[in-house]
Amino acid sequence: MTPLLEVDDVDVSYGDVPALTGLTVTVAEGETLAVIGANGGGKSTLLKTVAGVLRPRRGDVRLDGESLAGVPAHRRVGRGIAMSPEGRRLFPSLSVEENLLVGAHSGRPGPWGLAAVYELFPLVAERRARPAANLSGGEQQAVAIGRALMANPRLLLLDEVSLGLAPVVVAQLYAALPRITAQGTTVLVVEQDVHQALAVADRVQCLLEGRTVLEGPAASVDMAALSAAYFGVTST
Amino acid sequence: MSWVNAVVQGILLGGLYALVAAGLSLVFGVMRIVNLAHGVLAVLAAFGAYVLGDALGLHPFLALLVVVPVMAAVGYGLQRGLLNRALGGGELAPLLVTFGLAIVLQNALLEAFSADSRRLDVGALGTASIRLGDGLTVGVFPLLAAVVGVLVIAAIGQFLARTATGRAMRATSDDRDAAALMGIDGRHLYGVATAIALGTVAIAGVFLGARSTFDPAAGGVTLIFAFEAVVIGGLGSLWGTLLGGVVLGVAQALGAAVDPAYGVLAGHLVFLVVLATRPRGLLPSAVTA
Repeated sequence: MTPLLEVDDVDVSYGDVPALTGLTVTVAEGETLAVIGANGGGKSTLLKTVAGVLRPRRGDVRLDGESLAGVPAHRRVGRGIAMSPEGRRLFPSLSVEENLLVGAHSGRPGPWGLAAVYELFPLVAERRARPAANLSGGEQQAVAIGRALMANPRLLLLDEVSLGLAPVVVAQLYAALPRITAQGTTVLVVEQDVHQALAVADRVQCLLEGRTVLEGPAASVDMAALSAAYFGVTST
Repeated sequence: MSWVNAVVQGILLGGLYALVAAGLSLVFGVMRIVNLAHGVLAVLAAFGAYVLGDALGLHPFLALLVVVPVMAAVGYGLQRGLLNRALGGGELAPLLVTFGLAIVLQNALLEAFSADSRRLDVGALGTASIRLGDGLTVGVFPLLAAVVGVLVIAAIGQFLARTATGRAMRATSDDRDAAALMGIDGRHLYGVATAIALGTVAIAGVFLGARSTFDPAAGGVTLIFAFEAVVIGGLGSLWGTLLGGVVLGVAQALGAAVDPAYGVLAGHLVFLVVLATRPRGLLPSAVTA
């Protein structure tokens, strides 16, 4: 069976600085894959490449077997790829509800709409009329995830959900993930918090300097090997 | 009574300036471009109405039914074909491109129509007036121009606040890359914004051409008044632009009441004072970003 997402032997660089080198990532339909790794490992670059913000120099990105080469970021949303970007990137001059409605711009049909997102994040519902700039970090992250869901994606990309947030807030946000995957949504999450990543993912893949150094099922991952891979220590 | 009269005439003139400036304000608010061809484009629309009147005998207001959609289409094409490319070239590129466009258009108009002054004839409407009191009468035509100015600004404001396209435009203005991740095509939305701007500048051009004479070189002063209205009001704020237009119009009318030669100068002086004391304008960024 064709995986939903195939990142196939991809090279991405910023100018002359390579960010991803021959990276291959596959995600099956309905699966949750966590990509972890130290800063500068290429995690966010991977998500931006899938979303179409960055173009690979070599290799191909395929959704459901179809190449996304030459498909700009704004058309990938219509194909079913939505992202909650690093740093949230809410529209500060729009209200919370307007931010969510902008997420639905592509008009993809599906289970997610304002009511469903408000049910998922009741706190967001209470803040719906406020300017998005006027929320706490955790609330902003919930809006960013909700905004991505409004596109009714087949593949949801979550970039650094935990960044700058208190652990208790991060736990609340991730508690929503099972209800998202229950709709059949495939999730690719990039996370610095390894324990959080292992708790929510089916499979985990660790990147170091743009290459995969370890991958396997989240349930049976060897913490010693993972820690070695994370920091680039060669295990003997 | 003559001071009251000057203020009333100034307010009406301000409504016309706001009508001219609305498109400039929208384009700046959405994509941070100062379109230096805005004034010439108003003159182009006036010539369009003139040609239609000359060839088909169309009343200038009926000619709007043709001129507005044509100018809007020109705006969309201009944005997609030229300005979007210039946007990728840094801050200065759009300024240079629109400046060059203004020169090209002005000279093309000069070739086609010569430097003769023209005027659009709106018939009896041009001279009709309403008597409000002792020594105070307002012209029906200036009143109509001011009302249209307010309506156009209100309509653009409602479009931005209430429609899905307007919402997407505000989102793109906030963060174009994040908007692309929501499926919004910034190039298309910018095209729509410029189409609206040129549609409104077409209306403004016809009112300007019917109010007084115009020639191919009239774009410069049109741009300056519109730009002053936008800056006095606060860059990117639509209602600010209306306020800026009124402030400019009243200043000019009061200056002219002192001495007819001081009208335009008084407007420039008020502009200078606002720039010096409130450089962000009177209503900085109220509704739109």
